[in-house]
Amino acid sequence: MKQNKAKKSEPLIRITKRTDVSLKLGIIVRVIAILIALLVCGIVTKVFTSDDPISILKTIVHGAFGEGRMLVTLHDVALLLCVSLAVTPAFRMKFWNIGAEGQVLMGALATAMCMFFLGGKVPDALLIVIMIVFSIVTACVWAIIPAFFKAHWGTNETLFTLMMNYVAIQLIEYFLKIADKSGSNVVGPDLLSHGWFPQIFHTDYVLNIVIVAIITVLLHIYLTKSKHGYELLVVGESENTARYIGINVKKVIIRTMALSGAICGIAGLLIVGGASHSIDSNIAGGRGFSAIMVSWLAKFNPIVMVLTSLLLVFLSRGADEVSSKFGLNADFSQILTGIILFFIIGCEFFIHYQVHFRSSKKAEKEDK
Amino acid sequence: MGKASYALELKGITKAFGTKVVANQDVDLQVKYGEILAILGENGSGKTTLMNMVSGIYYPDKGQIFVDGKEVTIKSPKDAFDFRIGMIHQHFKLVDVFSAAENIVLGIDDGQKYNLKKAKQRIREITDKYGFQIDLDKKIYAMSVSEKQTVEIIKVLYRGADILILDEPTAVLTPQETQKLFAVLRNMKKDNKTVIIITHKLHEVLEISDRVAILRKGKNAGMVNTDEANEQILTEAMVGEQVDLNIERKEPKDPQTRLVVKRLNVKNRQGENALTDINFSVSSGEIFGIAGISGSGQKELLESIAGLQRCEKGSSILYTDSDEVEQQLVGKTPREIRKLGIAMSFVPEDRLGMGLVGNMDITDNMMLRSYKNGKSEFLDRKKPRELAETIINDLEVVTPSTSTPVRRLSGGNVQKVLVGREIALEPRVLMVAYPVRGLDINSSYMIYNLLNEQKEKGVSIIFVGEDLDVLIALCDRIMVINSGEITGILDGRTAKKDEIGLLMTKTNGGADNEAK
Repeated sequence: MKQNKAKKSEPLIRITKRTDVSLKLGIIVRVIAILIALLVCGIVTKVFTSDDPISILKTIVHGAFGEGRMLVTLHDVALLLCVSLAVTPAFRMKFWNIGAEGQVLMGALATAMCMFFLGGKVPDALLIVIMIVFSIVTACVWAIIPAFFKAHWGTNETLFTLMMNYVAIQLIEYFLKIADKSGSNVVGPDLLSHGWFPQIFHTDYVLNIVIVAIITVLLHIYLTKSKHGYELLVVGESENTARYIGINVKKVIIRTMALSGAICGIAGLLIVGGASHSIDSNIAGGRGFSAIMVSWLAKFNPIVMVLTSLLLVFLSRGADEVSSKFGLNADFSQILTGIILFFIIGCEFFIHYQVHFRSSKKAEKEDK
Repeated sequence: MGKASYALELKGITKAFGTKVVANQDVDLQVKYGEILAILGENGSGKTTLMNMVSGIYYPDKGQIFVDGKEVTIKSPKDAFDFRIGMIHQHFKLVDVFSAAENIVLGIDDGQKYNLKKAKQRIREITDKYGFQIDLDKKIYAMSVSEKQTVEIIKVLYRGADILILDEPTAVLTPQETQKLFAVLRNMKKDNKTVIIITHKLHEVLEISDRVAILRKGKNAGMVNTDEANEQILTEAMVGEQVDLNIERKEPKDPQTRLVVKRLNVKNRQGENALTDINFSVSSGEIFGIAGISGSGQKELLESIAGLQRCEKGSSILYTDSDEVEQQLVGKTPREIRKLGIAMSFVPEDRLGMGLVGNMDITDNMMLRSYKNGKSEFLDRKKPRELAETIINDLEVVTPSTSTPVRRLSGGNVQKVLVGREIALEPRVLMVAYPVRGLDINSSYMIYNLLNEQKEKGVSIIFVGEDLDVLIALCDRIMVINSGEITGILDGRTAKKDEIGLLMTKTNGGADNEAK
């Protein structure tokens, strides 16, 4: 009989879901995860490069927060945060917009076009106003297109927004051909010489950081305290419920994506008008995709996103520093980044689930 | 085999979810060979959890399980099948696009080549032996609920189960279908199979079982032989206190026509008729019951009145209040209906998918209906929180706080939150769909009382129900629908259960009769 085959034994590992997750537990698990991640990074470094792991870790920290780097790091955080904020309203509505990259590019392109075609022809103050309006509107439209199709015909927003990224890239390439006849793949500050944002404390970065800080607070209030924020949450949770209480689902989808697009437009504007004063098809720098991770890690909470975007920027800047200082391949720094992210994301499992091992007492009883 | 005195025995079974919820505590249970054992208990008393441990879905924290007198470890449903234990769950687990026979053999690895013809022959032996009526080539999506259940039962028998566990098998069946199921169960008993049936319906326990094990709050609360039991004894063991099982029904006071539905036609997504030429009217101060097999058009009917359905041309739903102005509801959205000043409350069947948002807390769920009030662009959470507290107090909702996500509440408490909110809107028309589904006795009676209170206030109540005993006891009139057509409107005071049961399956003769 088959019965005899299965002997009495408790399963070695059982997994149960935690019903109540305390804040304290969450913090402890995450801290442990980061410590383990650093340990693994050290071991990997030692084994593969035989460089001193401690000095590599120091270099990572130095790369991000070393002398004269603080402001650059913060500015990077601000830009990434801005894009992350942009995708968040849509994500809270469970609209998986992965087209932030393209929306930022369109904002940047609109800004650059204003600077290129109107620069010198209108007063700079007016030019900046036009840049602001034009970049926001362009990115907005770019974001509304997939939202409109989703709302009316139920198209898949993920594919749609992804594809529109490539269209945006091509549009920028086309602009580059028109603006710079030399065939360069960057249109630099020499051609975009007007409409630069005013500097504060002799640097471009402070203004951008301040703007993003303001947007963070405003968006947080919008999402948690306003009727719009409530509506988009209901639509995301259940369209049936939304219809049941009389929410116009189509309107909310389009309105929310318009907001996402608008903030992406601002990100593009800040990058071109407020910092680089140049444009190329790589100007968004993958932030549209990193933003997805920032937003998810923060559970779509704008305030927490300050920390998660800081984490990502810290890792990438530190890793860059390591690869240049130790003469290692750039890929190595990415390995380290990957290890750390793996542990940070992986530890979520231990926060939400409890693992039971077979208790040793019972195991003894069995042996008898 | 057969030496042991019990087919299945549980000793000291304990199972907790998280640190707070103890689903089962030190539960003992003995099941004899060839008996039908009913496990009776209110919702949340741990019946299903207990049986899930026997069938390998959960693993107990403590305790022992014995099959044929031998201690066993059941880690997965596959293990359970190795011990000849099979469970038929409340929610069917079938592949829609496969036929009955394909579903039955699905997932069996007996080392032989897949041979549907041979398998069918074996299935037919089983169906003939126990008296199942089923068309083995029929696809699942074309089946009625009762047929799907039959497939699930055959599936378990085909895998050689000697101990069958059925979780609330009659919840979705008409009285006639229930009788058929019971006949099959009796045949199994004759064949010395052991049947465990989880239920909270007393009259069924009394009718079918040999013995009854009662659970209360996760613990043993008695084991009686059915022939020594009656409804009162069982209820008291189940609830732990005396309960008045009568539902009061007053005569409607000064009834006036409030809602007139005329030639209502609704098509579903496939373009088939979901409702055909529905005509009826509901008065103020009455409870108007709707009976029918699930999926007969109840949902479409209520949603049409609530403004959530597209009605065909010529449909008419007229609302008249004390001001005697007729308002046409067809073609209006829920918001437009509200703007006309019509207070309509709707407790939909799908509580967490439509009536409430599971991931939001109680306060935010209270706002669903009222958040738009006021000119401000910002939310006012103060009033909803007060309402949440009132409802928690008045309706005895068990919850840690107003900021607990409603999906964490038990079914009964979820329903109290939903009904409480809808009644707080002070409706003139109140529509409730299966309002006591999954609720314990006390909560159910609390809901009936709330409906009666509303009735006395002159509210028109449309009550879609499944328990015919309750419909007959509570409603002033009962409309029976079948496949989207009205098959009769009866007086609740004189209607008989059999009569309603027949009307429920009248026009197409019941899909399951066609099989075979």
